[in-house]
Amino acid sequence: MNRSILQLKGISKNYGTLEAIKEIDLNIFEGEFFSIIGPSGCGKTTLLRVLAGFEITDSGSLYIENINMQNVPPNKRPINMVFQSYALFPHMNVLDNVAFGLRVDGVARGEQTQLVKSMLSLVKLSGLENRLPHQLSGGQLQRVALARALIKKPRVLLLDEPLSALDAKLRNEMRQELIRLQKSLGITFILVTHDQQEALSMADRIAVMNDGTIQQVASPSYLYEFPSNKFVADFIGSINFIECQLSEIDGDVFKFITKISKDAFTVEGNKSLRIGQDCWLGIRPEKISFKDSYVVNPHHNKLSGVVTNITYFGQASMYHVEVTGEKTATINVMENHSQRSSYTTNKVGDSVVLCWSTESISVFTS
Amino acid sequence: MNQQQRKNCQNRIFNYFHQWWFRVILCCTIVFLYAPIIVLVIFSFNDSRRNVTWHGFTFKYYEKAIHNNNLIEAFLNSLSIAFFNTVFSLILGTLTALLLWRFRFSYKSVYEGIILVPIIIPEICIGIALLVFFNLCGWPNDLPWPLNLSKITCAHILFSFPFVAVIIRARLAKFNLDQEEAALDLGANHKQIFKNVLFPHLKPALIVSSLLAFTLSLDDFVITFFMSGPETTTVPIKIYSMVRFSVTPEVNAASTILLLITIVLAAIAIWIQRGWAKEVEKS
Amino acid sequence: MKSARNHKLAFWLTFCPPTLWMLIFLLVPILIIGIFSFSAKQGLVDISASWVLDNHIRAFDPVYLSVFFKSIGIAALTTLICFLIGFPVAIGIASAPKSWKPVLLMIVVLPFWVNLLIRTYALIAVFRTRGFFNFSLEWVANLFGIPFEPLTLLYNDAAVILGLVYIHLPFMILPLYAGFEGFNKSLLEAASDLGAQQFKIITAIVLPIMAPSIISGCILVFIPALGSFLTPELLGGPSSQMIANVIERQFLAANDWPFGSALSMMLIYLTFGALALRYFWLRRRNFSSTENKP
Repeated sequence: MNRSILQLKGISKNYGTLEAIKEIDLNIFEGEFFSIIGPSGCGKTTLLRVLAGFEITDSGSLYIENINMQNVPPNKRPINMVFQSYALFPHMNVLDNVAFGLRVDGVARGEQTQLVKSMLSLVKLSGLENRLPHQLSGGQLQRVALARALIKKPRVLLLDEPLSALDAKLRNEMRQELIRLQKSLGITFILVTHDQQEALSMADRIAVMNDGTIQQVASPSYLYEFPSNKFVADFIGSINFIECQLSEIDGDVFKFITKISKDAFTVEGNKSLRIGQDCWLGIRPEKISFKDSYVVNPHHNKLSGVVTNITYFGQASMYHVEVTGEKTATINVMENHSQRSSYTTNKVGDSVVLCWSTESISVFTS
Repeated sequence: MNQQQRKNCQNRIFNYFHQWWFRVILCCTIVFLYAPIIVLVIFSFNDSRRNVTWHGFTFKYYEKAIHNNNLIEAFLNSLSIAFFNTVFSLILGTLTALLLWRFRFSYKSVYEGIILVPIIIPEICIGIALLVFFNLCGWPNDLPWPLNLSKITCAHILFSFPFVAVIIRARLAKFNLDQEEAALDLGANHKQIFKNVLFPHLKPALIVSSLLAFTLSLDDFVITFFMSGPETTTVPIKIYSMVRFSVTPEVNAASTILLLITIVLAAIAIWIQRGWAKEVEKS
Repeated sequence: MKSARNHKLAFWLTFCPPTLWMLIFLLVPILIIGIFSFSAKQGLVDISASWVLDNHIRAFDPVYLSVFFKSIGIAALTTLICFLIGFPVAIGIASAPKSWKPVLLMIVVLPFWVNLLIRTYALIAVFRTRGFFNFSLEWVANLFGIPFEPLTLLYNDAAVILGLVYIHLPFMILPLYAGFEGFNKSLLEAASDLGAQQFKIITAIVLPIMAPSIISGCILVFIPALGSFLTPELLGGPSSQMIANVIERQFLAANDWPFGSALSMMLIYLTFGALALRYFWLRRRNFSSTENKP
């Protein structure tokens, strides 16, 4: 699992004056399901195209299984790609599309048909060999595109927003399908997406990109619980940021004063901060509770405010709580409806006290 | 990075533009297309009858051309034919475009096909068919100027107005019918809608198609060849008879004048169409 | 879109003028030469509509048949050469940076606006025996001390083909350009990703997908080239006459209108035959869209 299959060292790519990706270092392991996410324009697609060989980098080096691939054209790389638009050849039927890669490699006819047959049954498309792309549904097109790339037995499979063109139900189905294929074939998958749900639910590790650089590489749960900076915390899931100033350091205990209401918060941990420094405290909405539901605990931070709005989601509700002091801020609180009666407790206009445990806070310097 | 910038910076692998073979072929093509015309223009200023070596700059062939009464007469004929052709083609072409855009009727696709016939079938066939037709129906030959040009003008309108119809139809297809409904909703009547909504939308197409109709008429040789008589020569016919006689700098000079007119008209048309394409991109 | 039945006045106002024009100046004249083609010539000027096939049979006389074959051959060769030049130029322009495209396209299209006669005349000036081409060759030959005899470049079939290519090249480039612009470039990347080389990508992906545009371009060159009159008249020799020149001679010199009409009708049939071929080919090709469904 931990053998590195793909290494990027200081990869940069400019379009004229525009830096699409800057000095990217990345290590991807054999057999892992890796995902690259980020907002549109962050350079994730450019990075994928660099891996496929469609973009020529300006600097840095790219190794696949310790072989330098810098000057190897796309048709010679042990990498295949599933395109966002699928890019199926419209004049070829399913069989010819899937067999294309074998044909250009000069695989014998008999072997071709056999390989295509088994690949089509793997992606559950048997019987559609003679259809043309325009006669297929979105999900089927997606499977043909997968089969066409996988039949080449690539060391790495690149997927460029593969599910973005599908409707919600089909997308869920294809997620499971992709995980199944990846585990059964043991091929390294690199999935580019802007949909964090997709990445969190499928990937073993995720790289979060912004502005042409990688912000953090970690497993989905680590990324969610321990975001390394404010951007990652904000991009993955939703989070409240409270503007604070560090007032006291007592060993491992840090004391912050909020700029909103002058309330004091304590955070335990090992951080290199100095007194007087401006910080952001990040708390996920589901980690905040209303005080009456909590036993009073000295390790809990408290903040009081007024409920201004409630958004109902079915399984949970989001309470928008306005905290007013020297400044005004809105804190979102997610409450799960584990019991039928629980969502009726607070109404718009109610004064509430919010509290959370000190471990659930992340501290970010701006 | 947005989509636009991405398109601007396509990767180099399929950028045939950056490959040497494309550049070689493109350069050769441009030389092939332009060198003869440029040589023709340059040597209309050459102070030598032999036309091959440069003997110094002169305007004397232009002076000769200007003082050639036959040429001037042909030039006036050409301009009047082009003018009447433009007016009538614009009317007929616009009506055709409106008809095809606005109405549903039986055999419409056949009708659309027939409109394109004058563009498709070889000019020689139209030329001789009209020659026979005008002869049989006894179209008078001795009308006073400019009515004696009516045969040529009618023929030119026949192959010009389908072009006008195609251009205006394409422009109408881009007209958002909601605009008309919005105007109705705001209380405009049909006349006001035509004047304030539809006409401004069509204006660039009307200009481009009138320029096209004008140049098509000015340039036509084959069909005019069968319609023209000794009193009704046009510039191309006149140049043709000069070319048949010999290759002289006067022909170069006359050609250059005609060339200049068409290039200016074409440049205006292409320039307008570019603005039009930009507008489409924005919407 | 409104029904013609509900807006009678507006419909007839837009329908009548162009329809009448087409009827009087296109359909009636063509009908007349259609009838003429089955008529017999009587005396010097009179023509009787006698429904004879003599004119059509005469068109299959080896003399005229060879003109037909020669015309088709010249037009086909012109089309092929236009394609071989136009294809690389079109895909090159289509993949040029955005700021270059309109300029390059304008450069390619502008000659279309220049008078046919002037362009043909320009070719004569360059390629005639004492023209610039020979003059340049002579200069080069003198440079290397080789004795030089001016070449006869005009008044043969090759000159006609050169002239036709010169005139019709833009008609080929424009549809090919539009065709290459119209399809998803990730198809090329996909093919390359699956291991195909440039040449294979062009033959297996680009050409089949662009086939409708290629056919359109070929039709746009073939039809006018087949019926061309001026180019063979000015650039061709006595043996490189095409159908249009024979037709012209029947009307303006030989004064055999029925036979000339028959030849014209056959040229029209050939034109529509080529269009019909394209139509049926497009119908047989059962994938219409070049883009994948979203």
